[in-house]
Amino acid sequence: MSSSSRPKVTIDGNEAAAYIAHQTNEVIAIYPITPSSNMGEWADQWSAEGKTNIWGTVPTVVEMQSEGGAAGAIHGALQGGALSTTFTASQGLLLMIPNMYKIAGELTPTVFHIAARAIAAQALSIFGDHSDVMSARSTGFAMLGSASVQEVMDTALIAQAATLESRIPFIHFFDGFRTSHEVAKVEQLQADDIRAMIDMDLVEAHRARAMSPDHPVVRGTAQNPDVYFQGRESVNPYYLATPTIVQNAMDKFAGITGRHYHLFDYFGAPDAERVIIIMGSGAEVVHETVEALVAAGEKVGVIKVRLYRPFSIEHFIAAIPASVKSLAVLDRCKEPGATGEPLYCDVVTALAESGVSKKVIGGRYGLASKEFTPAMVKGVFDELLKSKPKNHFTVGIVDDVTHTSLAYDPNFSSEVEGTVRAMFYGLGADGTVGANKNSVKIIGEETDNFAQGYFVYDSKKSGAITTSHLRFGPKPLHSSYLINQASFVACHQFSFLERLDMLKSAENGATFLLNSPFGPDEVWDKLPRKVQQQILDKKLKFYVIDGYEVAKHTGMGTRINTIMQTCFFAISGVLPREEAIAAIKYAIKKTYGRRGESVVQKNYAAVDEALSHLHEVKVPGKITALFDIRPPVPAAAPEFVQKVTAMIIAGDGDNLPVSAMPVDGTYPMSTTQWEKRNIALEIPEWDQELCIQCGKCVLVCPHSVIRAKVYDDSCLKGAPESFKAVPARWKDMKEKKYTLQVAPEDCTGCTLCVQICPAKSKTEVKHRAINMVAQPPIREREAANWDFFLSIPETDRSVLSPAQVKDVQLMQPLFEFSGACTGCGETPYVKLMTQLFGDRMMIANATGCSSIYGGNLPTTPYCSNGEGRGPAWNNSLFEDNAEFGMGMRLAVDKQNEYGRELVARLASVIGDELAQAILNADQSNEAGIFAQRDRVKILREKLAGINTAEARDLNSIADALVKKSVWIVGGDGWAYDIGYGGLDHVLASGRNVNVLVLDTEVYSNTGGQASKSTPRGAVAKFAAGGKPAGKKDLALMAVNYGTVYVARIAMGGNDMHTVKAFLEAEAFNGPSLIIAYSHCIAHGYDMAYGLDQQKAAVNSGYWPLFRYNPDLAGQGKNSFQLDSRAPNLPLKDYVYNETRYTMLAKSNPEEAQRLLKLAQEDVTTRWKLYEHLSHQEVK
Amino acid sequence: MIDLSRTIDLSTTYLGLKLKNPLVASSSPMCADLGNVRRIEDAGAGAVVLHSLFEEQIELESEELDRFLTESAGLSPEATTHLPEPMHPVMGPEQYLKHISQCKQAVKIPIIASLNGTTPGGWVHYAKLMQQAGADALELNIYYIPVDPKVTAEQVEQQYVDLVRAIKGEVTIPVAVKLGPYFSSIGNMAKKLDAAGADGLVLFNRFYQPDYDLENMEVVPNLILSNSYELLLRLHWIAVIYGSVKADLALTGGVHHATDVIKSMMAGAKVAMMTSALLKRGISFLDTLATEMLVWMGEHEYDSIKQMQGSMSRNAVPQPKAFERANYMKVLGSYAMR
Repeated sequence: MSSSSRPKVTIDGNEAAAYIAHQTNEVIAIYPITPSSNMGEWADQWSAEGKTNIWGTVPTVVEMQSEGGAAGAIHGALQGGALSTTFTASQGLLLMIPNMYKIAGELTPTVFHIAARAIAAQALSIFGDHSDVMSARSTGFAMLGSASVQEVMDTALIAQAATLESRIPFIHFFDGFRTSHEVAKVEQLQADDIRAMIDMDLVEAHRARAMSPDHPVVRGTAQNPDVYFQGRESVNPYYLATPTIVQNAMDKFAGITGRHYHLFDYFGAPDAERVIIIMGSGAEVVHETVEALVAAGEKVGVIKVRLYRPFSIEHFIAAIPASVKSLAVLDRCKEPGATGEPLYCDVVTALAESGVSKKVIGGRYGLASKEFTPAMVKGVFDELLKSKPKNHFTVGIVDDVTHTSLAYDPNFSSEVEGTVRAMFYGLGADGTVGANKNSVKIIGEETDNFAQGYFVYDSKKSGAITTSHLRFGPKPLHSSYLINQASFVACHQFSFLERLDMLKSAENGATFLLNSPFGPDEVWDKLPRKVQQQILDKKLKFYVIDGYEVAKHTGMGTRINTIMQTCFFAISGVLPREEAIAAIKYAIKKTYGRRGESVVQKNYAAVDEALSHLHEVKVPGKITALFDIRPPVPAAAPEFVQKVTAMIIAGDGDNLPVSAMPVDGTYPMSTTQWEKRNIALEIPEWDQELCIQCGKCVLVCPHSVIRAKVYDDSCLKGAPESFKAVPARWKDMKEKKYTLQVAPEDCTGCTLCVQICPAKSKTEVKHRAINMVAQPPIREREAANWDFFLSIPETDRSVLSPAQVKDVQLMQPLFEFSGACTGCGETPYVKLMTQLFGDRMMIANATGCSSIYGGNLPTTPYCSNGEGRGPAWNNSLFEDNAEFGMGMRLAVDKQNEYGRELVARLASVIGDELAQAILNADQSNEAGIFAQRDRVKILREKLAGINTAEARDLNSIADALVKKSVWIVGGDGWAYDIGYGGLDHVLASGRNVNVLVLDTEVYSNTGGQASKSTPRGAVAKFAAGGKPAGKKDLALMAVNYGTVYVARIAMGGNDMHTVKAFLEAEAFNGPSLIIAYSHCIAHGYDMAYGLDQQKAAVNSGYWPLFRYNPDLAGQGKNSFQLDSRAPNLPLKDYVYNETRYTMLAKSNPEEAQRLLKLAQEDVTTRWKLYEHLSHQEVK
Repeated sequence: MIDLSRTIDLSTTYLGLKLKNPLVASSSPMCADLGNVRRIEDAGAGAVVLHSLFEEQIELESEELDRFLTESAGLSPEATTHLPEPMHPVMGPEQYLKHISQCKQAVKIPIIASLNGTTPGGWVHYAKLMQQAGADALELNIYYIPVDPKVTAEQVEQQYVDLVRAIKGEVTIPVAVKLGPYFSSIGNMAKKLDAAGADGLVLFNRFYQPDYDLENMEVVPNLILSNSYELLLRLHWIAVIYGSVKADLALTGGVHHATDVIKSMMAGAKVAMMTSALLKRGISFLDTLATEMLVWMGEHEYDSIKQMQGSMSRNAVPQPKAFERANYMKVLGSYAMR
């Protein structure tokens, strides 16, 4: 097949890798982890659709409970003789390492496809670098890297061919996000190409080596000092042969496709004097830069490392032009304390062992997807010109601490002439990214142009801004970096203009397309000063369209993505207009066709109507704006927020120097309050006359933007005129005032508060005590009211009853304004937890949604109270969270024990009375805890005057004498799957920890993959045909211990029950487990109805509420209390409100019906069991 | 004393279809189950009207799927989407059409498909698909609630007529139109529909009236099964319309006893349709009804259903005024005297 006859497809790196993996394997074990999850999703989807591999059979795809599990399953499948593979990244790869040693030690052919990613150190990062694969380089796996999407497809196949021949397992890696998520036009290898590369004799040899009782062998022995060493050396010939095998495969591949790779590929001037050595997507950037510099007469080049392990010194040396004087080796990882990063060390060793003398420097770049640009490459080449270039440098950051960083000219550009560079600013969930992916496909597949798309998201799950970077051009694109000189900028949300300086990336004469509610004649005056300035200075061509008007007209609701896409094509002229429209429609049919014909028709209508609403703006010659882009944080923010956080919020985090960073990952609390995002178009407004002060709205607010206080009348002095206050409706606080206040700039507009409000107007029932109103007109007024509200003292907790929802509203939340999704079902529980115990909490948080909205920079939602106390929060990993939290408990308990010993020892010095009071303190309630705090304060004062070692010792741990509440928080992916072993152990330990499982029934954070919590019949990723098995009853499993407090709660089902469960769990002196029903956008319905769905879940018996309290047995009572009524709603009336169920019912009704029937049986059976348990006689 | 040697003919014709009796299971979710359709035949029904295929439902479901797939996508770099795309295209009318075919294979009684829509649009081609799937006839259920005060009665009526024409243009099988009672001039409306080509008129639809939940101050959907009182309105209008249109008349709503069926026939209906009675007393009640009809007819010496059809329509009774205003006054008067 000639190269030109193969289909051109526009796909991302993950799809390219998964495509080859699925074609060439029989067993695929998967587990979700960013940024590799999509590879597993593709493989699972293809197998579910019945797509076959090159041998005509559908590969078996199985989701495991962790990456460790996936690696174990692959090891077993390989030993069973199946061609097997897996996909992973980062921590996932680390979990596979033990098995990888085994797989390599047994000389077993396989390819693991890795979207290389940073490893959590001072902080987690989901972004791309080589830290993970470098951590696996001693496993004995060969390592073959790809630098672009085409290379991913090609190299995946070369690796597969080479592993079979060499028997050495391969890591095939490519850069997470930059390559795994870059959409690019590539030539698709066909089944015959793949067959031509895979030698069937080798496949048969692999099978022949498999375990079989028909020709049994023993593998996996234990060896003693006498022979282990020799056994380890026995594999050497295989590693020695591998480089040649890989090169042979590359040569064979070249014969088939015409694309010729080498173990080390040199590109550049034949007489180059300065050369950069690099692997991964950075090699593409260096390639582009070298091309530009060579054209300008510079003698530079690049060596792209493809086969990194086994490292062939011979091939490497041969790749270096003889003319080279100096080399710079770039590593995309950091190995603290080493003599250099891995590639650098290998290069130095290779040169030394070969007796080749060159000047070599090494440096780090691009950690965690830090931008790596041609300007930086030029900076490295320039450094090589110096007589004493800096070694062990960094490039791309400003290191003002150890001064490792290289200076470079950021204005240097090597962008290829004739390339269209377009940037689109959209709102997460508005479909902009999807439409842009289609645009790349259209241009890639309908024209001869090369096309590239890359998509950047901010770290919020609500009101997120997405930036799409699209390049198109007649020449191959090596630009693996973000666009910073755009020829086209589109803003899909008018409100972004005052938040973001998006025109800074527009080049002179660029086109600016704005989705604007204001027409061409009136829009100018509505633009911030900086926007006007740049339009004038850069002579931008300026177009507006009222996309929302077109969407409304054509039945598209608020969906503007295809409308804006049509405008882009019309203005940019990439395709003739008619052709473009036909192509857009084709893409619409292909993308949305499965969703139903009416969806397709409405999109068509929107496309047809778009252009008549597109207008060019006649730009006035002068600036008229009376306002400007808002500062990222208010002037009142503290210093760190001003200096550091504000930069990150403004999108300038790249410019922060090393010295601005905390050295150990410690960040200040309470910083979300400064990030006024103003993302809600409508916010709730309080009707104080109607309000019954029940506090339900405060309880359910996911972002803690509705607060209540009861306070003395005198506090109202100086209140803004519009500040609302009414007499408090509390028996014991009648003389006081009550205010319910909304934080107008922090609200996300979810409307859960309105939905839950029970107080309806007698004259118009739709009017409640809290109602949504437009935000802009009341923003300033309510912001002032909010500030005043904050100045009112918090309500005295000692007069409140924490078991009452009405009283809980008056307790200060120590978790506020998180970046969680609008209407999040998890955060109300997290907030409640901090209201009840925040001042004495330590939180171990499993990786997942709760760690992202809990701890993803720029700002942190956990905060402290007026005394400076608040939840101490940390995220260790995904899999170890229960153990991590238990460790905290062990530390607290040990310190408490030691502190008590010291108090006893020092009793005579500190006073016997105080010592006894401390030792015998009852801390079972808040009053007791507060009293103990007072005692510890006195103790400290006394200790300050005693200069002995024991006194100093006691002083340093005296806080441990006050009760601490340890909480272990995570989602169902953690608790039911990856962390279950640890969780089980911790529950069995008897230690006083509290576990909160925020159960969304899928891996929400990585995009809704099925967990063992996913219910039967629900559609999820990895269960696209509806989950066939029922949900694991984690609660009942914990009940089985008999020593664990267990509660299953749903705030929307019974809020009082929820509060009680938290209090009882915390009070129980042993392990407690709370499983909290958390509605989630992955369920596919309007989150405003989240609490209604919770109620339906309870009423249908799907989610029976119960509490199991081992303490009750001691009181002669049944420990198992069933707290919800017998099911009074058919399961279907609950589940068929959610897309995760209806999707199956509408696309495969028979199967949906079958699963529903089984699921209904599950509910009935479980209810009977629970009822039985709740009626058990107490002996 | 019943003369057992006499044969009583319960058969009737409706929409040109020959039915063994006038008992028809009316359109309801009950008929979405193939087993129930079998039971309906076994219990002796003359025909069955399947549950409705709703125009809006198909569109709404697609749009909701589209909305939630879109809104849960593109939220974070980790989760480009939160739900998989459906493995198969979502069903438009396919499932309904399959049900028609399955019913046709399973039973011998005529299968009348029911199509529910309000405005002419692309969906009217579903009618043709229903015909292709084997439906013996079509019942067009125009469930239109004119809440917009700007819409005139004339516009509403024209919409009905247009719809019937559009559907008639799609199919060759007979089409019946199910109507609500809320027209200023039902007789005139019946004639217009008749002229538009309707082969049958089904009187009357029971609109599900929303109720108030006073505890929660919410408007809630409410389903109250019909009772025999509701029969009277239907009898009245069938008796009035009978003879003025070519279309067959069907009575639906309030049929609970054999005598209700007999009254329906006498008013002029070709068939009597029921759901509530079957929900209350089980599908096998159809058998009881047929038996009771035979008993009644035997006792009253009727030979056939056809004999009684229209026998007490407005023009067939000695005092047609009974169907007019005079009767109303009389009823009020009699009430006052109690």
